[in-house]
Amino acid sequence: MAQAVKKKDIPRQPMPEQAPEDRITNFDEVPYGFTEELAMLEAMRCILCKNPKCVAACPVNIDIPGFVALLQQGKFLDAARKIKQDNALPAVCGRVCPQEEQCEGSCVIGLKHEPVAIGRLERFAADYERHLGAVAIPELPPKTGKRVAVVGAGPAGLTVAGDLTLKGHEVTVFEALQEPGGVLMYGIPEFRLPKEIVRAEVDYLKKLGVRFVMDYVVGRNASIRELLDDEGYHSVFIGTGAGLPSFMEMPGENLIGVYSANEYLTRANLMKAYLFPEYDTPPIRRRQIAVIGGGNVAMDAARTALRLGGDVTVVYRRAREQMPGRAEEIHHAEQEGVKLRLLTNPIRVLGDKHHRVLGMECIQMELGEPDDSGRRRPVPVKGSEFVMDLDTVIVAIGNKPNPLVPRTTPELQTTKWGTVVADPQTMQTSIPGVFAGGDIVSGAATVILAMGQGRIAAQAMDRYLRA
Amino acid sequence: MFEIVSKREVAPNVHETVIRAPAIAKKARPGQFVILMVDEKSERVPYTLCDWDRGAGTVTLIVQEVGQSSRKLVLLRAGDHVAHLVGPLGVPLEIEPFGTVALAAGCYGIGAVLGIARAMKAAGNRVITIVEADSHYLHYFRSELAAASDELIQTTIDGSDGIKGHSIDIVKRKLENGEQLDRVIAVGCLFMMMLAGNATKPFGVKTLVALNPIMLDGTGMCGACRVSIGGQTLFACVDGPFFDAHEVDWDELRDRRVAYSDAEIDAVARTDAVHGRRGNPCVP
Repeated sequence: MAQAVKKKDIPRQPMPEQAPEDRITNFDEVPYGFTEELAMLEAMRCILCKNPKCVAACPVNIDIPGFVALLQQGKFLDAARKIKQDNALPAVCGRVCPQEEQCEGSCVIGLKHEPVAIGRLERFAADYERHLGAVAIPELPPKTGKRVAVVGAGPAGLTVAGDLTLKGHEVTVFEALQEPGGVLMYGIPEFRLPKEIVRAEVDYLKKLGVRFVMDYVVGRNASIRELLDDEGYHSVFIGTGAGLPSFMEMPGENLIGVYSANEYLTRANLMKAYLFPEYDTPPIRRRQIAVIGGGNVAMDAARTALRLGGDVTVVYRRAREQMPGRAEEIHHAEQEGVKLRLLTNPIRVLGDKHHRVLGMECIQMELGEPDDSGRRRPVPVKGSEFVMDLDTVIVAIGNKPNPLVPRTTPELQTTKWGTVVADPQTMQTSIPGVFAGGDIVSGAATVILAMGQGRIAAQAMDRYLRA
Repeated sequence: MFEIVSKREVAPNVHETVIRAPAIAKKARPGQFVILMVDEKSERVPYTLCDWDRGAGTVTLIVQEVGQSSRKLVLLRAGDHVAHLVGPLGVPLEIEPFGTVALAAGCYGIGAVLGIARAMKAAGNRVITIVEADSHYLHYFRSELAAASDELIQTTIDGSDGIKGHSIDIVKRKLENGEQLDRVIAVGCLFMMMLAGNATKPFGVKTLVALNPIMLDGTGMCGACRVSIGGQTLFACVDGPFFDAHEVDWDELRDRRVAYSDAEIDAVARTDAVHGRRGNPCVP
């Protein structure tokens, strides 16, 4: 059994990437991706379990052994198409999914060795197909004659649009911003997810027959009720996301130089402010920047600020182990020179007479007893207040659900947090025929969880439309 | 793409711009705004919906050239297209039979109150519209506003036309003379709106102003437009644009408004001059 010995001895293949000192000077993607050789070598590490735990751990249940087996055989295009049977956005998911908590986290190889790099393989297969220009359009079933409106062109909405089109329904996606993609366009930076990839995935949906209507605000141009009653849609999916930034609610937060991570990142990503003056939106280019928060969005904002030439410190009130951001993102940020100031809680922002930020007063924290979430609660250390000299504060402590659709749809049941109530089995809301998924339901979660809910909703919508 | 149906300079550097946008015209209500991107590389800039024609499927904006983005828009002509136009955004103004409503307007606000005047009158109010400009040649929309109002009063700061002074002086005078005003709405520059709030406060007349801070998406996503109203932070795009003038933190708003001006000046310097050479055009 030379083969088995060989498999075990292959180490997890690292992905080649730009050196930190180079990449902080540009917005190009950090990892280069696997070469064909590296991909085949990594794929060889998979033992193709008969009862694969990785598939169960994937929110959209990609046939992982199926596509990895094809990679082992060098059938790269077939591998990409295998993934696409379950996942409309593989090039995106291969980059931004928290694989360590999902597929790779449950990989049996990972029990004794490092898990198979499933995310990198997914990314490789999707990139291979796209680079070759060989994106295949599957054969579509006969048209059902049913029309579906998808509100919001983010990960959840795009998944629903793809799935329902593949089932023969006619899908229109309404988007308020100027380009489809939602958080993939405005939130996640170019160096982590090139926008060209999002555009390619959207183009694929267009080729499938999905219609995109930009600059259209459901809740203003038409209500959910009007989409159903006047515009002739048989079912509606609400995927409007968590677009309302939370602030600390501390003194000085409206000073000039305090931004939500949403604004900071939207300027850089969607509006391409880093290409100013070729693009008209000016970037926020400052010297001393603090980013408040410990999640992926905080890391994205910090790394963007670094690339715009600032000295960046992430301020987080708990300890490193408790940071919600992916280990890889935090690692990348530190590699690039982002400083972490842990167990530190901002109290107020200080400004000059023109309301411009001068600094931020913080207090040291220490870990106390575990709280409801099981994490040790940070408690302030008395008398440990200190001031950081800053000109910019970026608040990245999360987002609340976008209120526009709930506010203009009185019969839509919501929770006290403003999220839309949906049956977890079907994602159907309190209005028959109206479904919802993604952050507008779950609060603020990940791209793949939004896609998973989109998947569930699409299946239920298909049943609803055929009933 | 959205076609510019007509464009005319109704006063120096005041461009009435009519754009075909049936989905916006269909739902537009007084007090709302749109976000416009001239081309795919432009900024997203908010403009007040001054008027709209549901039948023709058009909306009317008043555009003044103040920076890079507005300059790009002003350079377009009828038949040209803008890349993106989204709206109607913001909370529509409350239109009820209040009694007597005074509309004070300056600059772009003169155009912005047209739709409001019409709606207030249709709701059964007596509408007094008071428009101000630095000088006589900066007034516009006279006949439109006269038709939409019960009374139209013009002021100029230099006294060259109508009554000398600010629009809010008229409002104040009316209140001091014991005239009943049930609601005051002021649309203009921040300074003018702040003065309006200060003038009506002692009389306890409800006064609404249209706040126009920096915006990015206009749908509540970025928080750039946050304003302090009665000690509470609100978003001008989804909670406004109209707020109670007596509750606004004016100092903070003024400073936030200029927050990006350095970069904007930088951008203008990089744009080709429209009117030929820079500097004094009268010097050969």
